[in-house]
Amino acid sequence: MSEPLISARGLTKRYGDFTAVDAIDFDVAKGESFGLLGPNGAGKSTTMRIIAATSQRTSGTITILGRDPEEHGPQIRAHLGVVPQQDNLDTELTVTENLFIYGRYFGLSKKFIRTKIEELLEFAQLEEKRDVKVDALSGGMKRRLTIARALVSEPDILMLDEPTTGLDPQARHILWDRLFRLKELGVTLVITTHFMDEAEQLCDRLVVMDKGKIMAEGSPLELIKAYSTKEVLEVRFGSDRNKEIAPTLRAMCSRIEELPDRILMYVEDGEALLEEILNKKLHPTTSLVRRSSLEDVFLRLTGRTLIE
Amino acid sequence: MNSGISVTKIRSFGAIYVAEARISAMLKWKSVIAIVAIGNPLFYLIAIGIGVGVLVNENSGTSGTGGVEYITFIAPALLASAAITAALDEAMFPVMEGFKWRKLFYAMNSTPITGPQIALGVFIAALARVAFTVICYWAVLIAFGVMSVEQSWDVIPVTIFAAGAFAAIIIGITAKVKNDDYFMTVLNRLIIMPMFLFSGTFFPLDSMPIYLQPIGWISPLWHSTELGRYFSYGYPLSATMLTVHFAFLLALLIGGFALANKTFTIRLTK
Amino acid sequence: MSNAVAIADARANRTGHQIYAGRSRAIIERSLIALRSSTWVPIATGFVEPVLYLLAFGYGMGELIGNVTLGDKTIDYTVFIAPGLLATSAMNGAIYDSTWNVFFKLNESKLYQGMLATPLGPLDVALGEIIWALFRGLSYAIAFLAIAAPLGLVPSFSAVLAIPAAVFIAFGFASFGMAITSYFKTYQQMGMINIVVLPLFLFSGSLYPISVYPDWLEFLIQLMPSWHGIELVRNVWFGDLDSGTLLHISYFVVMIICGLYLTTRRLRDLFMR
Ligand SMILES: Nc1ncnc2c1ncn2[C@@H]1O[C@H](COP(=O)(O)OP(=O)(O)OP(=O)(O)O)[C@@H](O)[C@H]1O
Ligand SMILES: [Mg+2]
Repeated sequence: MSEPLISARGLTKRYGDFTAVDAIDFDVAKGESFGLLGPNGAGKSTTMRIIAATSQRTSGTITILGRDPEEHGPQIRAHLGVVPQQDNLDTELTVTENLFIYGRYFGLSKKFIRTKIEELLEFAQLEEKRDVKVDALSGGMKRRLTIARALVSEPDILMLDEPTTGLDPQARHILWDRLFRLKELGVTLVITTHFMDEAEQLCDRLVVMDKGKIMAEGSPLELIKAYSTKEVLEVRFGSDRNKEIAPTLRAMCSRIEELPDRILMYVEDGEALLEEILNKKLHPTTSLVRRSSLEDVFLRLTGRTLIE
Repeated sequence: MNSGISVTKIRSFGAIYVAEARISAMLKWKSVIAIVAIGNPLFYLIAIGIGVGVLVNENSGTSGTGGVEYITFIAPALLASAAITAALDEAMFPVMEGFKWRKLFYAMNSTPITGPQIALGVFIAALARVAFTVICYWAVLIAFGVMSVEQSWDVIPVTIFAAGAFAAIIIGITAKVKNDDYFMTVLNRLIIMPMFLFSGTFFPLDSMPIYLQPIGWISPLWHSTELGRYFSYGYPLSATMLTVHFAFLLALLIGGFALANKTFTIRLTK
Repeated sequence: MSNAVAIADARANRTGHQIYAGRSRAIIERSLIALRSSTWVPIATGFVEPVLYLLAFGYGMGELIGNVTLGDKTIDYTVFIAPGLLATSAMNGAIYDSTWNVFFKLNESKLYQGMLATPLGPLDVALGEIIWALFRGLSYAIAFLAIAAPLGLVPSFSAVLAIPAAVFIAFGFASFGMAITSYFKTYQQMGMINIVVLPLFLFSGSLYPISVYPDWLEFLIQLMPSWHGIELVRNVWFGDLDSGTLLHISYFVVMIICGLYLTTRRLRDLFMR
């Protein structure tokens, strides 16, 4: 493997006494699509900001394109396109003005930007809103504009912090499609998300973070293999009875998770287990057998569900 | 359902709950509010009262200020203007925040609390801040020997009343503002600032050319200042003018509430 | 290799390349676009404040005060305050732009976050914003002079120098403002700025000669930048250029150097939290 594009060792960020990112190590290879997964407050956005050379680390090392962001911030950022978790569009400007001036920040020529704007407006489906002030856009439109803006400089690395929050399903799929195509062109993607389907679709490799630490690392498939069983049986008995029945269920398989509304049972063969439960006349009100997903990995590692 | 929530209770005390929320938000600013409340009168008295006062005295003695020292002349005006500034702070920002910036009023309105109750709650909280400011200011004036306790205690309620009337109208007007891009800048520069400077604050209104005097007539600050002067050092004011000043402020108060109640209701139900 | 990368790499070995990409122009370009589409109202109304003070204090107070002795001259009160008001408005504008304005764009609108996600460095943003504020101060100073001259408040030709002097004063205050803002995290802390600015204005000799005060207070006032700013503008306004003028200029030169040094050092703490 050639030298990694991004490489962090013992990366730490403290705010006062509070450690937001706690000595993490990771590498991202060129052309790879790398995901950061974790519950609220895990330290994902903080890590993203350090990679993007917009936040100073407290200790540890990190290189992006072989350079230290403390020393070469502007040079590194010239390669990046950043979609922050919270839109930070220029509310005093219109849609096209936002795209235009962002290109100017990168030093791109006016001519180049003008052509680029047309392409980006189409991608973001904002042609009709081109001369509208940003304040007057809907939440999803603002999000699409923020994403389009990150592409104006044709970046080598695209940093996406929860890119699809607030997007409708159609816009999400358009974005995924676009990201796939960028990846084919050799663009490296760094993504955080709360959507498991998104992580499974988009990420070649991901890390699960919790409380500033990396809990696990691998491809979605590897993670599922390592941290979950093949299948999951979900049963509901009604919120009062779940607690009462849980001990019985625990004895029937290697691991169960009690959630407020349902119980998850981890097994290799879900149907067989369900049969067994029905034979015992436990009568769940609903039941479902499904394949393990990243959601289960996440639950195992952090003790939390992703989407509350 | 028995959840301890009493709709009738909220119905009758809604405004109090809103005021409580506002006051606890204000308490985050307590040190700033306290320093302003004490520092403001100190600075103005030493700078304008004494500094400019020396110049006035050298030139025209007390003839331009109706026979009293310059500092005595401006003290009630400075008090009135501090009260009105405090009222502006606590009327404009919360309403902007409530409807536009953080949309707090919509959250409140999704409980049984009504629009007019929210307006009243904001008003009550603003009045509390005004009262605090006025009392601190007055105490500094007493300490400086600019006013005497026996003669001037009634300035306090009168000034609070005037600033309250101003708060009411600002609550009403701000609630109407949809686009806040320049509202505050324009209001400050084109309304508040001229009002501060041309309301007979630093010099008698009638020493200005007649065509500028109407700025004072429609300015709550002028009416408040005239009353303040009357009550603090016996500035001569006819019974008619006394009535006019009170009536103007009362009209502002009532008009402000009428506007606020209507606008709050419409805006929250839309 | 895209243009952006080439531009950034070309500077990679210059001093300060960590925080400066040499492109503050882009920030000014942004301000110009914003001016066209939205910020012209607050900017256009910005110059009324000193004019209102001039009218109120000049014509209203003028009646009560009459003339003021300044050195060996006796001058009309309105003429006395005009240069002070020009200096004060330059000071206030610069303080506002480098503190509240910066704080807002940093924490509320997150505008700077967006700018700093590009090759621009914190120094580009700081310089761009300061230069823009100085442009604004320049136009206010010109407008003020254009109003004061026909009113007969400008006794000397050297008063034209009040325009660069105002910009100079603004630069002094702005260079410090951002450094101060970098220490503040909450709106409440920012509120303290307003409390400091008020005595800076009231006790600087803009509305009355500070000789009315006892010597010790006079001495304290003479340490404050606002007094030097006002005296500087007053000197050029009345054509009283002497060693005092030089002192005021030196005061601001030192202030600008210290302010820029401190601001540059604090920029990463301010912008890259
Ligand atoms: N500027 C800051 N000052 C103080 N603490 C901060 C700051 N930014 C982040 N934190 C803290 O650092 C921790 C990690 O925050 P971060 O934004 O990185 O989380 P995240 O993983 O992105 O969470 P989310 O899924 O909610 O976006 C949180 O506990 C947060 O409160
Ligand atoms: Mg985050």
